[in-house]
Amino acid sequence: MVEILLDATVRAGTPILFATLGAILNERAGIINLGIEGLMLIGALAGFAGTFYSGSPLIGILAAFAVTFAAGSIHALITVQLRGNQIVSGLAMTMFGIGVTALFGRGMVGQTISGLERLPIPGLSQLPIIGRAFFQQDLLIYTSFVLVFLLWFFLYRTRIGLALRTVGENPAAADTCGISVSLYRFLAVTTGAGLVGIGGAYLSLAMTPMWIENMSAGRGWIAVALVIFSGWSSGKAMFGAYLFGGITAMQLRFQAIGTDISTHILQMLPYVFTILVLVVSTIRLQKGSSQQPQGLGLPYDREDRK
Amino acid sequence: MKLVIERRDISSTLLRLTAPVVSIAVALLFAGVLILAAGINPFDAYREILYEAVGSTYGLSETLVKATPLIFAGLGVSLAFRMQIWNIGAEGQIYMGAMGATWVALFSGLENHWLLMIAMFCAAFVCGGLWAGVAGLLRARWSVNEVIVTLMMNYIAILLVNYLIYGPWRDPQGFNFPLTAQFADAARFANFFDTRLHSGFFLALFCALLLYLFMERTIWGYQIKVIGSNPQAARYAGMRTGVAIFAVLFLSGAIAGVAGLSEVAGLQYRLQHGISSGYGYTAIIIAWLARRSALGVIIVSLLMGILLVGGDSLQMLWQLPIAFVYAFQGLILFFLLGSDFFIQYRVKLIKGVQGG
Repeated sequence: MVEILLDATVRAGTPILFATLGAILNERAGIINLGIEGLMLIGALAGFAGTFYSGSPLIGILAAFAVTFAAGSIHALITVQLRGNQIVSGLAMTMFGIGVTALFGRGMVGQTISGLERLPIPGLSQLPIIGRAFFQQDLLIYTSFVLVFLLWFFLYRTRIGLALRTVGENPAAADTCGISVSLYRFLAVTTGAGLVGIGGAYLSLAMTPMWIENMSAGRGWIAVALVIFSGWSSGKAMFGAYLFGGITAMQLRFQAIGTDISTHILQMLPYVFTILVLVVSTIRLQKGSSQQPQGLGLPYDREDRK
Repeated sequence: MKLVIERRDISSTLLRLTAPVVSIAVALLFAGVLILAAGINPFDAYREILYEAVGSTYGLSETLVKATPLIFAGLGVSLAFRMQIWNIGAEGQIYMGAMGATWVALFSGLENHWLLMIAMFCAAFVCGGLWAGVAGLLRARWSVNEVIVTLMMNYIAILLVNYLIYGPWRDPQGFNFPLTAQFADAARFANFFDTRLHSGFFLALFCALLLYLFMERTIWGYQIKVIGSNPQAARYAGMRTGVAIFAVLFLSGAIAGVAGLSEVAGLQYRLQHGISSGYGYTAIIIAWLARRSALGVIIVSLLMGILLVGGDSLQMLWQLPIAFVYAFQGLILFFLLGSDFFIQYRVKLIKGVQGG
């Protein structure tokens, strides 16, 4: 019972985890991205279509990354090069994503693919309780484990990561040091978008191996809230994503065993919980437990330098 | 040769006014490419949209019908924009307004038409307002990001309405369909010209006028503008920004809530699925395109009304999903944001290397 619930938790949390990591990469460079929801949908459709036409989920994942990388470059161009309003551009991306995936997903509705397979890791997968949840999973889940570590290592242990954080904290200082603010921001936004896309692909390749219009169902927005919860760190993002995975898993479990509570009320849980988490983490943020990048949300114009 | 970007001393008024028009035109072009890629001739599609939406009296009336909730919601969102507050939750506020109005219509026991109208209006106003007020309170008290809260409240509102129409409010005579009983005649808006056009449209226009007067002729409107453009100065001047944030989000949600009233009392006569098919999201782009002006909201809402009526018929003709309208709206926003750059900056080509 616990094993099954834990397994469902990890699987439901993974798309949110990828999306949150992508959003953290964006915001570390100082760019808010409210287009996560739309990018997830684009990733989900690209991943599904790529797998459908090639027969290989691996190609699907690459397609999801590439297509959302390209879509993310629209947000990057507007917010970085053209110094446009980041909030509106993100909202536009979400609308755009919902719309284009509805349009191009028409032919994919009702199609089936063989989704990602589980690849048990010999030995570890037999561990009690955690074996099934963490070591009998598919390729993308293992990738997400590595990615959590890689993102931390990149941001805190590499020179480029330090430069990226500087760009997010104080772009004028970074500029003075000869770091190209626009190049770093552009690549952070597009690469982050690519990661969000892989999160979307997880929905259509592993969780429910099919394409459904608007299948992200608010997960992108949950990721946006989780970025604040995580204090812009990848480790806490993992914890937060699994927290939400756990709630989803429990909600599904409740529905399966049948309770007196209406399914509609149960389905509200993740959204109510997002608000609660957001309130708590915002209050903690004000108490100084962690800090958001100082340059977050502000376009950088060299002429404004003081 | 060198490309130089320099800030304009005064932003160009000509560009400012033409930018929305150009953005829509370019977005039409790109949307055309997308439609083409989906295997449909874009010229046929656009001709069809225009023909359906403005080619006949009935089409025109349908456009006004679609524009009605958009005007309400657009006004609500643009009011919050004035104070740099992002109300992304008009969709949920519409649902809540519809819920409040439905409760009065079905369960209050009132029978007098005008009493019902006033009570339904108040219920929709308060329900929509409180729904947005949650975000207002959290933002004012703890600076919680209102974008995420208002958005999450959308999902919760839709699920709450679903709960009601699948559960306690389901019409016992409704053959198990998820909808409430029909409203009595006394709880319905009047219709005009033998079309579906109803009083809600005129109420929306009146609402726009009131909001204009509120913003331009009252001290509160002035305060909202000051807080929006310079919160620090407002605080020095002794304005209570926290109270203002809550009040503005409440009012913003309340106006969007009236859109819900208008949909159930003017059009559907019951609470059911899809009371709002994304009007609340379209309202965001309306508010942005209208550059916060009440008149602008009306004009852009009418344009979006055309798009929605046309979109409906494209769906019937070519199974083009109605959600495609979002893609078009997203494109408009992208180009509008892009054009802002050229309003504020000048791009010059300078010969030689001495420039820059």
